[in-house]
Amino acid sequence: MTDTYSNLVNTNPVGKKIATQLGLPRPTRLRRYEEGQDLLSGPAAVAGIGDAPVAGWATGIIKASGGDVVPASPEASYDKKLGAIVFDATAARTLDQLDELRATVGPAIKKLGSSARLVVIGTTPAELQDAEAAATQQALEGITRSIGKEMLRGSTANLLWVDQDAQGDSSVLAAPLRFLLSARSAYVSGQPVRVRAADVPDATDWRHPLAGRVAVITGAARGIGAEIAKVFARAGATLVLVDIPAAGDSLSKVANDLGATALQLDVTAEDAGARIAEAVARKGDKLHVMVHNAGITRDKLFVNTDENRWGSVLDVNLRSQFRINKTLLDPSVKGGLADGGRIIGVASISGIGGNRGQSNYAASKAGVIGMVRQLSQNLADREITVNAVAPGFIETEMTAKIPFATREVGRRLNSLLQGGSPVDVGEAIAFFAEPGSAGVTGQVLRVCGQSQLGA
Amino acid sequence: MSVRDVYVLGGNRIPFVRSGGKYLKASNQDMLTAAIDGLVSRYGLAGERLGEVAAGAVLKHSRDFNLTRESVLGSHLSPTTPAYDVQQACGTGLEATILTANKIALGQIDSAIAGGSDTTSDAPLAVNDSLRRTLMKVNYAKTPQQRISALAKIRPGQLAPDQPSNGEPRTGLSMGEHQAITTKEWGITREAQDELTARSHQNLAAAYDRGFFDDLLTPYLGVSRDNNLRPDSTPEKLAKLKPVFGKGEGATMTAGNSTPLTDGASAVLLGSRDWADEHRITPLARFVDGETAGVDYVTGNEGLLMAPPYAIARLLQRNNLSLQDFDFYEIHEAFASTVLCHLAALESPEFCKEKLGLDAPLGSIDRDKLNVNGSSLAAGHPFAATGGRIVASTAKMLHEKGSGRALISICAAGGLGVVAILEACE
Ligand SMILES: NC(=O)c1ccc[n+]([C@@H]2O[C@H](COP(=O)([O-])OP(=O)(O)OC[C@H]3O[C@@H](n4cnc5c(N)ncnc54)[C@H](O)[C@@H]3O)[C@@H](O)[C@H]2O)c1
Repeated sequence: MTDTYSNLVNTNPVGKKIATQLGLPRPTRLRRYEEGQDLLSGPAAVAGIGDAPVAGWATGIIKASGGDVVPASPEASYDKKLGAIVFDATAARTLDQLDELRATVGPAIKKLGSSARLVVIGTTPAELQDAEAAATQQALEGITRSIGKEMLRGSTANLLWVDQDAQGDSSVLAAPLRFLLSARSAYVSGQPVRVRAADVPDATDWRHPLAGRVAVITGAARGIGAEIAKVFARAGATLVLVDIPAAGDSLSKVANDLGATALQLDVTAEDAGARIAEAVARKGDKLHVMVHNAGITRDKLFVNTDENRWGSVLDVNLRSQFRINKTLLDPSVKGGLADGGRIIGVASISGIGGNRGQSNYAASKAGVIGMVRQLSQNLADREITVNAVAPGFIETEMTAKIPFATREVGRRLNSLLQGGSPVDVGEAIAFFAEPGSAGVTGQVLRVCGQSQLGA
Repeated sequence: MSVRDVYVLGGNRIPFVRSGGKYLKASNQDMLTAAIDGLVSRYGLAGERLGEVAAGAVLKHSRDFNLTRESVLGSHLSPTTPAYDVQQACGTGLEATILTANKIALGQIDSAIAGGSDTTSDAPLAVNDSLRRTLMKVNYAKTPQQRISALAKIRPGQLAPDQPSNGEPRTGLSMGEHQAITTKEWGITREAQDELTARSHQNLAAAYDRGFFDDLLTPYLGVSRDNNLRPDSTPEKLAKLKPVFGKGEGATMTAGNSTPLTDGASAVLLGSRDWADEHRITPLARFVDGETAGVDYVTGNEGLLMAPPYAIARLLQRNNLSLQDFDFYEIHEAFASTVLCHLAALESPEFCKEKLGLDAPLGSIDRDKLNVNGSSLAAGHPFAATGGRIVASTAKMLHEKGSGRALISICAAGGLGVVAILEACE
């Protein structure tokens, strides 16, 4: 899907001039991850409030990933364009302390290059008994969300809320921090991510975190699913790709290009879980990552939605996941989900904000969110994490069918002024899949360029 | 040299499509490559070197002299996978299976793909002989003048191409005409043929509906089911068709109870137990044995398509089995009447005594075990692709049942018959 407008105002000299004169938005071509790419496009300025217990960990993680770190302060003059700002506000307990953030981060933002990152690190507000302390930490969300909307040139602002018992452990922070700093989170902005304490296996190769892991991706014949598969393959995963038999032709091509296995299967089939486990057992003893991406829309105004449109959307987008998970979570099933594994769903901002003509779809996607929140708790003792992404406007065959005017609005109504690419969704899902994100569970991460819809 | 067990591990085909339709632009190489690639993705074999790939086509362009190797090079298999072409008329696919299975049994290779492809939409059009001779003269001409005068000799009549036909070179009769003679000899009725045909369609449709082909078939060029299939076929509807083979009153063979010209390709994955284990593939069935027979149809001593009973008799004897020791019979439906003639012959005391030299007839089979998921009358019959279709489907049937044995039988042009036994794995 080509974004003609973006191309016009960015590459065509006349278009560029007109856009500037009229004050029209000029969406930046976002920096996206490529194999071997540096973590950051410039040095990271790091600072914090009080004794900033996490700043030191953050510095270590950035340096270990090949990035440069410079100290940030209200007075600092940065001699190079900054690739990122990491601000540790975990120790903030009073509203007064927030001014340190204002004073330090403000000048640094002015020195950010394009597609740069602000990552604010806080303490999970729900853990704080003192009301002002909780308010102070909650304030961080308002701050990052607002900065996200002010960011220029494809830069993003996100928030990591780290539980207190996880603040002494660098390993649990590494994968989430790296994700939010790297180009892999190109289309994620204004989002809080909570990090809990967890056992994180030693990361051997952060560029290939899925090496030796078996993953299943449904709906992988095209669109977002095919792109998730590519990201997973790049990260080293062994893949079983699922799509309906009628899509077997393109599924086979996607699979062969990635050295993956194709499984022609309707996820709504009664024995879908067993068939998936059987295919997994050919590739390894256990499954590590289950990605439920297959989805359909059958749009109609609520009052005109018949039983079939209602039922089929709920069946494909949600009910099938319960059936499949049930089989895969049975510890006796060969090829079932391993303890320490991952279940990842694909919700949608329609599931958060609702959408005209999509009551059935929004039901299914909101349902995914509900499932993620509860199942993550149910499976915590098996160290299985359950998360979902909520894509916003992603340029696919599905969104190409939206009428032009509506499509333009969907595309521009976000802080990055453009639609996302399927790969952005793939990157976010691959982040949840990493062994390093063991501390991230029960969450719904919006991949929407900070869309105003459902926000 | 010791002999080891050989297993059918899986299969893949593209939907079979009536000639001149959806696959008009697909060549044998395109289709065979697609069939191989579908198998590769089903078993995650991209980049692997297999022991060998053996496949072929009955109707071949001269450019396809290395059809199978070219298909392998165009596929996602490792280019270090050797390949060769096999051609044994409609027996090609099954013969390729037997050949590769034997190599695996001998330990010469550990894995193989056997298959076939055929198209009558992209069939080679030969120029007729007289034009060919004229053009050769043009080619050999030494001066431009000689060339022009040679070209000037071309006459409009010479421009009609030789149509590809499935006529027998030694008798000039088409296969259908041959079979019409055999059908009459064996007294096979129109009703019996139409009934068998309707069953084939109904069985194939039911197999599709229960998802039987979900792991045996990959859609191709937008087609996801054999388009010759008529799920609502009934003997009554078939009875309305006019006979097309045979003459006069007694003619019984129609376009309905004969297979149409079809395009398609298939591929079967075979391997040793060790290779299967290494790849964590659960074998579908064990390949037990195969046999090929030829009959003297030229003198009229035997019907053109009557070789299978001879092959079956020898195969049963070698394996100490009776005809009734099987749970599935997969008898290729070139024509409904071929199947019925074979069954009649196997039941006939005279035939079994005089032709097969047996004291007692091989006997009848339980018809409920015959072509239970449909066969060529419904699916269509792209000649060289039929063997692979049958071997893979039959192996899956045995796997689903979990026990038992199957007999596969395919008749072929030139008075040939290829048969094989598969057995469920322990
Ligand atoms: N494109 C967007 O902007 C967007 C936004 C939010 C959420 N999503 C969600 O992302 C996911 C992928 O969407 P997409 O845009 O790539 O759509 P798509 O239609 O291009 O791809 C969906 C794939 O799922 C497969 N599928 C459908 N039903 C299936 C079934 N019963 N069994 C197996 N496979 C089945 C389809 O064949 C197809 O290949 C969906 O869950 C969708 O709801 C997309």
